[in-house]
Amino acid sequence: MKKAIVFKNVSKNYKQLKAVDGISLTIEKGEFFGLLGPNGAGKSTLINMMAGLVKPSNGSIDVMGFNVNKEYQEARHSVGIVPQELVFDPFFNVREMLRFQAGYFGKDKLNDKWVDEVIERLDLTDKASTNMRKLSGGMKRRALIAQALVHRPPVIVLDEPTAGVDVELRQKLWSFIKELNNEGHTIVLTTHYLEEAEALCNRVAMMKSGKIVALDSTKNLLKEFSLKNLKVRLQKNSIKKITTLLKETPFLQEDDWCTFKLKKVSDASNIIEKLNSLKIQILDLKLIESDLENIFLKLTSKN
Amino acid sequence: MNTFRDQFIGTWTLLKKELLRFWRVAFQTVAAPVITGILYLLIFSQVLGDRLEVYEGINYLVFLIPGLIMMSLLQNSFSNSSSSLIQAKIMGNIVFLLLTPLSYLQLFFAFLIAAIVRGMFVGICIYVIAMFYVDLPVEHPWFVFIFAFCGGGLMGAFGMIAGIWATRFDQMAAFGNFVIMPLSMLSGVFYSIHSLPPMWQKISHFNPFFYMIDGFRYGFFGQSDTSPYLSLMIVLSFFIILSFITIRMLKSGYKLRN
Repeated sequence: MKKAIVFKNVSKNYKQLKAVDGISLTIEKGEFFGLLGPNGAGKSTLINMMAGLVKPSNGSIDVMGFNVNKEYQEARHSVGIVPQELVFDPFFNVREMLRFQAGYFGKDKLNDKWVDEVIERLDLTDKASTNMRKLSGGMKRRALIAQALVHRPPVIVLDEPTAGVDVELRQKLWSFIKELNNEGHTIVLTTHYLEEAEALCNRVAMMKSGKIVALDSTKNLLKEFSLKNLKVRLQKNSIKKITTLLKETPFLQEDDWCTFKLKKVSDASNIIEKLNSLKIQILDLKLIESDLENIFLKLTSKN
Repeated sequence: MNTFRDQFIGTWTLLKKELLRFWRVAFQTVAAPVITGILYLLIFSQVLGDRLEVYEGINYLVFLIPGLIMMSLLQNSFSNSSSSLIQAKIMGNIVFLLLTPLSYLQLFFAFLIAAIVRGMFVGICIYVIAMFYVDLPVEHPWFVFIFAFCGGGLMGAFGMIAGIWATRFDQMAAFGNFVIMPLSMLSGVFYSIHSLPPMWQKISHFNPFFYMIDGFRYGFFGQSDTSPYLSLMIVLSFFIILSFITIRMLKSGYKLRN
C-alpha cells in the first residue's frame, strides 16, 4: 500500500539558518496527522516544500508515491493545500475562482457539479456569486478550503486553517475536516490550537528549530508525558504556613490555589494527609489531567 | 495521470482567466489607452498635420496612425503580463497557480497569448476609430499581422520578465517609465528617423522598438525607414531571446518558488 506522504532526510537552509533540519517522516493513507510547533519551528517550510513552493536543500518528498520535484504534476494532482494567509484573486467571485482552480488541474465543465457541492458543504452557497474582496475573513477561509478541494485530491494539507476564525466557524470547519477524513482523505493539519490537534489528530509531530522533537500517536504522547496535578484552594494565611512547612513538596501558587505536581496518583493522598496533619483547611480541590499543551510546552521549552 | 487533455484545459483556463481579468477592468485596460492614442492623434495632426509629409504622398495624420497603433499595442501587451504577475505576487494569490500542475511552458503560453490579445485588441480599437478620420491603406496585411503578433509577444515576454523580477509596484513603474516609455516614444512613432541628425539615426538603430514600428508601418504603406525583412529578423530574434529568458525564469522558479 502506498504511503500518503514520505519525507526523507529533508532539509532547507536559508544561508546560515536551518529552517528544516533533516526531517524523515512518513504519513500513512487516511491518517489525520498534526504538525505542531511554535512560530519559526519550520512547519510551513516543510509544507511549502511538499507543495513545490519552496525547493528543499536536501532530501526528497513523495506524495502518493510521486516525487514532488521530478513528478511534480502527478504529485500536485494528489494534494490540495489550504495556505495560511488569506489570499485571494480580487477580480473574481467565489464560483469563478473555484472553477478556474479546478480548470488548472484539467477539470472541465463536468466538474462544476462537484464545485457546487463543495460550495454547499462549506456553507458558501449564498456567497457563490460574491466577489472575493467582499467576503468576511471567515468566508474567505472557507473559500480557501474549497479551493483546495475542487480537484478532489486524496491528500489535504491545512496550514493553520482556523487561525483568526471565531469559535462557531472553527467547530464547523472541524466537523467538515473530520468528514473528509472519514471519507478516506489523508489530512495534515498544522495548528497553534493544541486542543484542535488533540481533538482531531490520530498522530502528532512536534517541531522545534526545524527538527521533530516528538512523533507518536496523540494517545501515546498523552500517556508517555502524562502528568497529573493536584490543585488545592487554601486560605491565604495557610499558604504562607505551608511554604515553610512543606519545603520538600514544591508547589506553584496562583491566588489562593496551590498546584502540586504528582509523580503518581498516590502522591495526592500523601499531600492531603500532610495538610490535614498541619491542620490546614482545604477549601476546594481538583485533580488535573495533563493535556497536549503541557506536553508541547515541555518539549518545546528551552530547557 | 496528467494527460494532454488536462494540460490543454489547464492552459486554456489560465488564458481565459487572464483575458477576463483585463476585460473586467476594460475601462482602465482598453478604453484608457485607446483614448490616449486618439488624443495623440488629434493633437499631433492638428499641430503638424498640414506642415509635414514624411513619406511621399502620405499625409502626416495617415503616417502617424500605424505608429500609434503599434506603440499602444506594445505598451498594453507589456502591461498585461507584467501587472498580472506583480499583482498576484504582491497579493499572494500567485500561490494558486504555483500549487497547480501547470508546467512552466503552460504558464508561459497562457500569459503570452493573453498579452498579445490585449495588445491587439487595443490596437484594433485605435484603428477602427482612426478609420472615421482617414482612409488608411493596408499594402501588406501579413506584415501588419506578423509585426503585431511578434511585437505583442515580445512585449508580453518582457512583461513576464519584469513581473517575475519586480517585488514592488515602484520597481514595475520604473520599468514602464524609464524603459518602455522612452524606447517607444523615441522609436519613430511620430517621425521618420531620416529626419534626425546622423548620430541619432545611428542610435535609433539600437532601439528594438524602432524595428517593430517601422516593420508594422511597412505593412500599411509599403514604405519604411529600413528593410522590413531586417526589421522582422531583429524583432523575431528579440522575441526568441526574451521568450527563452522568460521560460528559463519560470522553469527555475526564480523569485517565484522560494
